[in-house]
Amino acid sequence: MDLVVIVSVIISVCAASTPLLLAATGELVVERSGVLNLGVEGMMIIGAVTGFAMAQVTGNPYLGALAAIAAGAFFSLLFAFLTLSLATNQVATGLALTILGLGLSGMIGEGFVGQPGIKMEAVNIPFLTDIPVVGKLLFGQDVIFYSSLILVAAVSWFLFRTRAGLMLRSVGDNPQSAHALGIPVIRTRYLAVLFGGACSGLAGAHLSLVYVPQWVEGMTAGRGWIALALVVFASWRPARVLVGAYLFGAVTIAQFHAQALGIPIPAQFLTSLPYLATIFVLVLIARNRRMTLINTPASLSQPFVPDR
Amino acid sequence: MTLFLEKRANYSRLFSALSPFLALGLTLVFGTIMFTVLGQNPAEALYIYFVLPLTDAYLIEQIVLKATPLILIAIGLSVCFRSGNWNIGAEGQYLIGGMIGSLIPVYFNDFQSPIVLPLMMVMGMLGGAMYAAVPAILKSRFGTNEILTSLMLVYVAQQFVDWLVRTPWRDPQGMGFPGTKRFNESAVLPDLLTNGEAHWGTVFAVVAAIGTWFMLSKTMKGFEVTVLGECPRAGRFAGFDAKKMTIFAFLFSGALAGLAGIAEVSGSVEKLDDNLSLGYGFTAIIVAFLGRLNPLGILAAGLILALSYIGGEEAQIVLQISNRATNVFQGLLLFFVLATDTLIHYRIRLEFGSSVKGAS
Repeated sequence: MDLVVIVSVIISVCAASTPLLLAATGELVVERSGVLNLGVEGMMIIGAVTGFAMAQVTGNPYLGALAAIAAGAFFSLLFAFLTLSLATNQVATGLALTILGLGLSGMIGEGFVGQPGIKMEAVNIPFLTDIPVVGKLLFGQDVIFYSSLILVAAVSWFLFRTRAGLMLRSVGDNPQSAHALGIPVIRTRYLAVLFGGACSGLAGAHLSLVYVPQWVEGMTAGRGWIALALVVFASWRPARVLVGAYLFGAVTIAQFHAQALGIPIPAQFLTSLPYLATIFVLVLIARNRRMTLINTPASLSQPFVPDR
Repeated sequence: MTLFLEKRANYSRLFSALSPFLALGLTLVFGTIMFTVLGQNPAEALYIYFVLPLTDAYLIEQIVLKATPLILIAIGLSVCFRSGNWNIGAEGQYLIGGMIGSLIPVYFNDFQSPIVLPLMMVMGMLGGAMYAAVPAILKSRFGTNEILTSLMLVYVAQQFVDWLVRTPWRDPQGMGFPGTKRFNESAVLPDLLTNGEAHWGTVFAVVAAIGTWFMLSKTMKGFEVTVLGECPRAGRFAGFDAKKMTIFAFLFSGALAGLAGIAEVSGSVEKLDDNLSLGYGFTAIIVAFLGRLNPLGILAAGLILALSYIGGEEAQIVLQISNRATNVFQGLLLFFVLATDTLIHYRIRLEFGSSVKGAS
C-alpha cells in the first residue's frame, strides 16, 4: 500500500471514531459526576435527526450541528429531571431515554428518509491542506473532527486541573460529603448531564452530516452503547477514551475494507465484529479489578436526595 | 420555585397501586397535546388509538396475539430486574430462541410427529437461555457490565439470524425472498380459536405469569430474588449467593424470551424470516415496568402496550398518522411510569419564592 492509500484509510478511521469519541467523552463527564446515563444512543439519534433536519431546512450544515447540540442537551434534560429531581432509577430512566429517542427520531425524520443529505465539507486551509501526504490528514478534515480532539483535551484539563473539575469529581465520589461542604450536588449533576447530552447530540450530527450524510432510521446502530462501553474501557480517563474510540473506529473500518475486498466471510459476521469486540474489551478490562476500582466514580448510578 | 423530595416514613400503598394509572393518564394528556400539534382532532385520534380496537373481535384477537410475546418476555425481565440484574438483551434471546427452535422444521421438514412441537418449544427455551447465559457468566465470573454485554449480543443475534435466513436456510423456492421454507403442520403451534390468529403461545404466557407470580410471592426463591435485588448486603448475610442469582435470573428470562421467539415463529409466521426482530424485547422493558414488575400486572400491561400497537396501525389507516407515533407513546409511557413511581417513596414538595437551603 502506498502512502496516499494509508493516509486515506487513517482519515476514514478518524471519521468512524469521531462520533464515538464525542459521545464517550460527554458520558465520561456525566459518570464522573456520579450519574449513569444509558440514554446516549437516544440522545445521539435525536442529535442526528435534528442536525439533518436543520441542515435541510437552512441549507447550512453548521447550523445543523448547532441545532443537534441544543437538541441533545434539551433531550437529556428529561433524564436529568427524572433522575436528579425525582430520584428515579438511573438505569431504567436511561433506557427510557433511548427508547423514546429512537421512537421520536423515527417520527421527526420520516419525511427526510431517502433525501440526499448536505455534507459538512472538510476545511481547506491554503498551503497547509496542500502539504503532501499529511496535509489532508492534519488540516483537511471536518470541523467536528477537530472539535472532538479539542474536547477531549479540554475535558481532561477541566477534570484534573481545575477546581470546578475537582468539585465535579467529588460530587461523583461522595455526594454526601460534597453536599456537606456546600457544593451544589444536584446543580453540578444537572450541568454534567446537559454537557453529556450536548456531546451526544454533536456525535449524532457527525453521523448524519459527515459520516453518512443521510437520514436513516436507527442510523446510530448501537454506537451510543459502544460509547458507554468505551467509558468503562477507558476506566473514566479521557486520554484512554481517545485510544479506545480510535481502536473501535479502526475495527469498523477494517470490517468495511474486508467486505470491499470480498474476503469470503459473510458480511453479517463482519458487521458483528465491533459488537463482539466491545464484549471482548469489557471482559478484558473487568479482569483488571484494581484499575477499575481506583477510577470508578464511587457513587455511580446511586440516586442522591439532599436532606434539608 | 424549587422542587424537593421528602422521604415518606413508609412506602405509600396508595401510590403503589395508583402509579401505573397516573402514568397512563399523563400519557393520554401528552397524546392530546401531540395530536393537536400534528393537526389532528385529539379526541378522534385517541379514540382510534385506544378504544376502537376494543370494539372489534378481530382486532381484539390481534391485540392478544401482539401481547403474547411482550408478556412472556416481560415476565422473565421482571425476575431479572427485581433481582438487580439488568438484562437488556431480551431481543437477542428472543431471536436465538426462535432460531434454535426452528432447527427441527428446517432440517427435518418432512418429520411429522406430535413430539415435534414440544421439542421445538423446549429447544427455543434452551436457545434463549443459552444466549442469556453469556452475559450472566461474564458478569458473575469477571464482573463485566451485563447491560452492555447483553445489549451488544442483540446486534450479533440480528446479524446472525439475518445471515441464516438469507444464505444457508433460505428457501430455494422462495423467489429469492429471505426466509425458510414454510413449516409443515406438525411444527405449527395450533390456533387458540378455530381459524383464528391467536395461538397457544397465549396459554404459555398466562401459565408463565401465574407460575412466576407464585414463585415470586410464595416461595423461598422469590424471597431470595427480592432480597438480593433490594438489599444485596442483607442477602449476603442471609447466605444468598448473588452470583448464582445472576445466572438463575438470566437463564429464566432468556428461556421465556426464547419461548416467546419460537412461539412467534411457529404460531404466527410459520417460518423463520428476516422480520422476527420487531423490537419486542425492548418494548417488553416498558411492559415490565408498567406492570410494576409483578407478573399479574404484566398481563394487563402487555395488553395495554399491544393495544397501542394495534391502535397505531388503525390510526395510520384511518387518519394517516405515522405509526411512529406509537413508539413515542410507548417511550413517554415508560417515562411517566418511572416518574410517578417516585411518589411511592417520596412526597414532592414545591416551594415558591426564595427558598432557604438548610445545608448551604
